[in-house]
Amino acid sequence: MSPKTIGIPRALFYYYLFPLWNCFFTELGFKVKLSRKTDKTLVDLGVQKAVDELCYPVKIYYGHLASLVGEVDYIFLPRLISIEKGNYICPKFMGLPDMIKANFINLPEIIDEKFDFKSTGRGLTDSLKSIGQKLGIEAAKTKRALKKAQVIQNKYEEELQKGFTPVELLEGYKKNIPAGKEIMTIGLVGHGYNIYDSYASQNIIKKLEDMYVRVVTPEMVDKKILEAVNKSQPKQMYWSLGKKSLGCSLYVKENKQITGLIYLSSFGCGPDSMLAELVEKRFRRNGQKPFLNIVIDEHTGEAGLQTRLEAFIDMIARREVI
Amino acid sequence: MILTVPHMGPITMTAQTLLEGIGQRVILPPPCTKKTLSLGSQYSPEFACLPLKINIGNLIEAYELGADTALMVGGIGPCRIGYYGYVQQDILNEIGIDMEIIILEPPFSHPKDFWLKIQRLRKVSWKKTLKAIYLAWLKTRMLDLLEARALILRPLELNRGAMDYLLDSAKNELKLTGRPDLIKQIKKIYLKRMSEAASKPTPPSLIKIAIVGEIYTVLEPFANQNIEHHLNYLGVQIVRCLYLSSWVNEHLLGGLLKIEGTKNTADFAKPFLNSFVGGHGRETVGSTVQFASAGVDGIIQVAPLTCMPEIVAHSILPKVSNEYQVPILTLYVDEQTGEAGLITRLEAFVDMIRQKKRRMIVNNG
Repeated sequence: MSPKTIGIPRALFYYYLFPLWNCFFTELGFKVKLSRKTDKTLVDLGVQKAVDELCYPVKIYYGHLASLVGEVDYIFLPRLISIEKGNYICPKFMGLPDMIKANFINLPEIIDEKFDFKSTGRGLTDSLKSIGQKLGIEAAKTKRALKKAQVIQNKYEEELQKGFTPVELLEGYKKNIPAGKEIMTIGLVGHGYNIYDSYASQNIIKKLEDMYVRVVTPEMVDKKILEAVNKSQPKQMYWSLGKKSLGCSLYVKENKQITGLIYLSSFGCGPDSMLAELVEKRFRRNGQKPFLNIVIDEHTGEAGLQTRLEAFIDMIARREVI
Repeated sequence: MILTVPHMGPITMTAQTLLEGIGQRVILPPPCTKKTLSLGSQYSPEFACLPLKINIGNLIEAYELGADTALMVGGIGPCRIGYYGYVQQDILNEIGIDMEIIILEPPFSHPKDFWLKIQRLRKVSWKKTLKAIYLAWLKTRMLDLLEARALILRPLELNRGAMDYLLDSAKNELKLTGRPDLIKQIKKIYLKRMSEAASKPTPPSLIKIAIVGEIYTVLEPFANQNIEHHLNYLGVQIVRCLYLSSWVNEHLLGGLLKIEGTKNTADFAKPFLNSFVGGHGRETVGSTVQFASAGVDGIIQVAPLTCMPEIVAHSILPKVSNEYQVPILTLYVDEQTGEAGLITRLEAFVDMIRQKKRRMIVNNG
C-alpha cells in the first residue's frame, strides 16, 4: 500500500515551521505534499473563497488549501493559538480551521490539532503526540519522529540566525550580491508569510538584492536581543510576530551598520495597524533613519513597488554621501 | 486631576457616577459628532479600527474643555484594544496635548499595577467606594433595561420620537439622583410610560431582528450610524444580548447576577467555531446561533472594518445562515461609512425578510 499523503499549504506558518512538520510527518510514514508556489491562479482561488475583508495572507492560504483539495488524503491545518508562553499570534489563526470548514466543501480529513503554548510554554510535544495518536501511530514511533523533527527545526532556526532567509532555505532562492558590491544594509520587517512569499511581496528581497542591498529580517536577529528590546517597552507585545517586528525595528534603529527600515504589512492587518504606527513614530521622531511603510494586498502592482524601492534606496545612498 | 473617559454608549454615565462617587472631578467629552471623527481620523493610524479614531477625537475634545487625565482599559490580547491606550498616549504627546492616559490593565494579569492605579484614583473611604460602584451599576442596569424595552416598543409608538423623549428624560433623572430606591422607581415609572406610548396596534409586517457583533460598534450609536433607530423606524423590533451591564456582569463581576449575556455562547458556537478568537468573535457566532434557534427573522452583525475577531466570525456566519435558514447581514463601519448607503442596505435587508416571510405564508397555504 502506498503511503498516505498529507497536504501542507505553502502559506502562513509554512515559512516558520515547515521543517518541523515535514520531518515529523515523513518520519511517521506519510508522504508530505506541499502546494505549489503562490501564483495568480492560487490568489484568485483564495479571493473567491474568502470574505472580502480578510487580510491578504489568509486569502492566499485559502488559495493554497483549495489547490490541495482532492489531491491529498489529509490536510494539515493546525489551530495555532499561541507559539510561545503568554503570547498570541492573531485571532485569525485561532479560528482558521473553522473558517476553512465553513467555506469549503469536499474537504479531505483535516488535522486541526490545537497548538497552545500560552500557559505552559511547551505545548508542542503534547500537540504532536496527540496528532500521532489520532493518526493511529504507536507512541514510540511518534516520540522518535518528534525528537528528530525538533532537531531539524532547531537547525533551521540556527541557519536563519546566520543570515539565511526562508526563501533560500526552503525555496531554493540564491543570493546574488557579488562580493564587494554591496552598497548598504537595510532592515526588512514584517510577518514572515508576507516578506518571504515571493508572489505576495512581489519578490521584494530579490528586488533589493538586485540593487546590491543586503536585508536584515526579524528571523536573523538574535532572539535575546529581540526579547531585551521588547522588555524596554512600556507594554509587552502579546502578538508573537508583532514582538519580532517591533524588536527588529528598534534593533535596526539603534544599529549603525543598518541604514534604513522597510516595514511591509498587509492591508487590514490588525497587529500591524498599531505596530507600524508605533515604529514609524519612533523613527520619525529623531529623524535619524529613513523609514518606508509598504502595504500590500491583492491589488499591489509590481511597477509601483519597484519605483518606491528605488526611490528609497537612492535617497539613503545620497544621504550617506552628504 | 480632571478625569475624562471616551464615549461608548451608556459608559459615560456609568463612569461619571463611579468616578465622582470616589471623589474625582469629571469632564465628559461632548457628544460624538462628525468633527470628533474627523479630528480622530486626522491623528490616528490610517489602518487602526474605528473605535480608536473616535476615542482620539473624544479625548481631544475633552481636553479642550479642561480634562487633563483620561481613563482607558488595557487588555492582554489578541484583540488590538490592549494597545489602544499606549498608541493614544503616543498620538497625544505627538500633537502637543498634555493629557495623561491611565490604562487599567486586567487585575488578574497585572494585580499590582491595577491596585496602585485604583489607590491613586480612590479619594474616599472603601465604604463610599463600594457605594459608588453599586450606584454606577444600578444606573447602568436600569438604563439598559429601559433601552432594551425601547428597542422592542419603538416600532409601535403612536407619536414618532416618543421613546427617544422618554429615554432622554429617564437618563437625565438617573443622572441627577443618588438614591438607589429612586433609581428603581424611575425605571418602573418609565417602563410604564413607554408601554403607554407604544399604543399602535401590531402591524402584520412587524419583524424581529437580532443585532450581534463587536461591543463598541454595537453600543455606540455614533459608530453604527444609529442603526437601531433606522431599523426600528422600518418597523423592526430589535433584540440583542450585548449591553454594557451584561458585559460588566460577566467580565468584572464574574457572572454574579443571572441576567442576559453571552456566557453560554461558547457552547452555542460549536461546532461552527471551536475556539476563543479574542474580542467578541466567539460571542458573535454563538449568539447568532442562539438567536437563530430562538426564531428571529434576521440577524445583523456590526463591526469596525478590519476587526480581527469579527472577520473570523463573519467568515463562519454564512454556514450558520445556511444551516438555520436565517438571513444574516454583516455591516462593517469605518470613517467612510455614509448613513444613506447604510439605510439603503437596511431597507433591502428588511424587504427581503418580509418577502421571504410572505412567500412562506403563501406556500404553507
